[in-house]
Amino acid sequence: MSLDSLDITESYTTPDGRTIGGVVMEMKNITLRFGGVVAIKDISFDIREGEIRAIIGPNGAGKSSMLNVINGFYHPQEGEIWFHGKKRAPMKPYQVAHQGIARTFQNIALFNGMTTLDNIMTGRMTHVKSNMLMQAIWKGPAEREENEHREVVEKIIDFLEIQAIRKTPVGRLPYGLQKRVELGRALAAEPKLLLLDEPMAGMNVEEKEDMSRFILDVNDEFGTTIALIEHDMGVVMDISDRVVVMDYGRKIGDGTPDEIRNNQEVIDAYLGVAHD
Amino acid sequence: MLYREAGDFKTTYSKDSQTFPIKFDRIGYYLILIVAFGVVPFFIDSYWANAVFVPFLIYAIAALGLNILTGYCGQVSLGTGGFMAVGAYACYKFMTSFPDLNIFFCVLLAGLITALVGMLFGLPSLRIKGFYLAVATLAAQFFLVWLFNKVGWFYNYSASGQITAPERSLMGIIITGPNTEAWAKYLFCLVFVVLLAWLARNLTRSNTGRSWMAIRDMDIAAEIIGVNPLVAKLSAFAVSSFFIGVAGALFFSVYLGAVEVGEVFGIQKSFLILFMIILGGLGSIFGSIIGAAFLVLLPVLLKNVLVGTLGWQTDIAVHVEFLIVGGLIVTFLILEPHGLAALWRTVKEKLRLWPFPH
Repeated sequence: MSLDSLDITESYTTPDGRTIGGVVMEMKNITLRFGGVVAIKDISFDIREGEIRAIIGPNGAGKSSMLNVINGFYHPQEGEIWFHGKKRAPMKPYQVAHQGIARTFQNIALFNGMTTLDNIMTGRMTHVKSNMLMQAIWKGPAEREENEHREVVEKIIDFLEIQAIRKTPVGRLPYGLQKRVELGRALAAEPKLLLLDEPMAGMNVEEKEDMSRFILDVNDEFGTTIALIEHDMGVVMDISDRVVVMDYGRKIGDGTPDEIRNNQEVIDAYLGVAHD
Repeated sequence: MLYREAGDFKTTYSKDSQTFPIKFDRIGYYLILIVAFGVVPFFIDSYWANAVFVPFLIYAIAALGLNILTGYCGQVSLGTGGFMAVGAYACYKFMTSFPDLNIFFCVLLAGLITALVGMLFGLPSLRIKGFYLAVATLAAQFFLVWLFNKVGWFYNYSASGQITAPERSLMGIIITGPNTEAWAKYLFCLVFVVLLAWLARNLTRSNTGRSWMAIRDMDIAAEIIGVNPLVAKLSAFAVSSFFIGVAGALFFSVYLGAVEVGEVFGIQKSFLILFMIILGGLGSIFGSIIGAAFLVLLPVLLKNVLVGTLGWQTDIAVHVEFLIVGGLIVTFLILEPHGLAALWRTVKEKLRLWPFPH
């Protein structure tokens, strides 16, 4: 089945029976340069509501730069980003967060001095309504709001099975758990679009299985749209609905895992090709 | 055996997030408040007030302020002395320009003025970090002291260049000026300490505090989850400067009564308060207070022991004090970067398990 002919508002059903909605984010002809270095060259792709979209490619292909463009860390020299049917003006990362886009990092970026609970509570930042004065007085609206956020956060803690480390400073946690807490922090924002930058880097097989299960559950239970970068091809082919392949800043493939698996250009990029 | 959380189950999130989760701690806290408000004022004499209690309380406020900025938000500041001077001069101008204005409000307004000045000098923090920011705040320190020395308007063109607090009273009790009773000074400062420590605790346990700590620990990640760095950093500068301004206003009006800016609010004051939070514990309310207590009590104690008991000369005692404070700071930075507050936490951990540590 090819999805190229699908209209941007049309929905389709995946082989495992999930319904994928219309396009939520569309990248149009993005070009990003650092001085003379072209990190991303004229790339277009879209992300549909409720799907798990993987971005793969060899090292230095520009995958993380792509996420940084979506996040507002980098501003592309050319191209447009459309989010929920509206062209997005250049904005700062915190403004992007307020639009409902959350992310995790390749190298864990947790707040080491804070407990697991506080880390995930910071994820609620975009939902806080009380102002500083109310918080300084605490009693009344601020405390009520804090408890509401705490309830949401406790649900996420249950979901990720990290109840026991609730009050442990995250700096003391092992790597796999830190990755999980970081996912929790991103989930706490109840994002419309969740960006995961190598969620399984440096994990052993069991940890990868756990993480894959969490990603699928997030997608299934909360209906969150997920875009992820990952190097483990087995994982990517198993869990993603559609895959974008990048190489040297260009897009060399886009489609379902099956299409990608049989794409000659992708095979060449990954396995190398004989030059004669 | 009393120090236990076992059996003290928390059934609501409010109870789980309270300041003193262990009952024994809560009782201790209320006992200290009762003694501080109900017992000490009846026994305090002017030596104890001027040598120990009043400076301790005022430094506790300043240390709280700096700890919010440096300990919680991670922005190093060496301008504390200068900001205290802003508080002092603002308070002086309010007291002399509006003689009918309640002294309580004079102090609060002085804090607000300092908050504005602090935000102004906090603007570079949006671009620079760490040592470079420290140098930028150092510039604030020297500029502000120079300004208050140079511009006559600030000290009402008095011949000596000093500012002197006129007599003001609150509900019939004299608070400032030479005729103030020791207990009145003490109580006035105590009210501010309790009030501000409560505000600081509330801010640091709520969303504002978490956004400060997020900026401190990992500013890029903080931005990605929706913390506006401009708002977080400037609000930390504002709140911190408010506290420091109140401390400066009290230092001038209640404690000293007369101030020459270069002498009282010089760079050494900035360092003293920085040492208080390093020794007490960065990122801890309790640490600010215990750090202030430690550095106020240590000289008094050393002077009593070395000069009073051992009969040393005063100047030697002063040098020994420098040695000890310097040595302590180095020791703490190496062995316990989180200061006395972390030591206290360790003691509490041990107490919870005592007498069966396994």
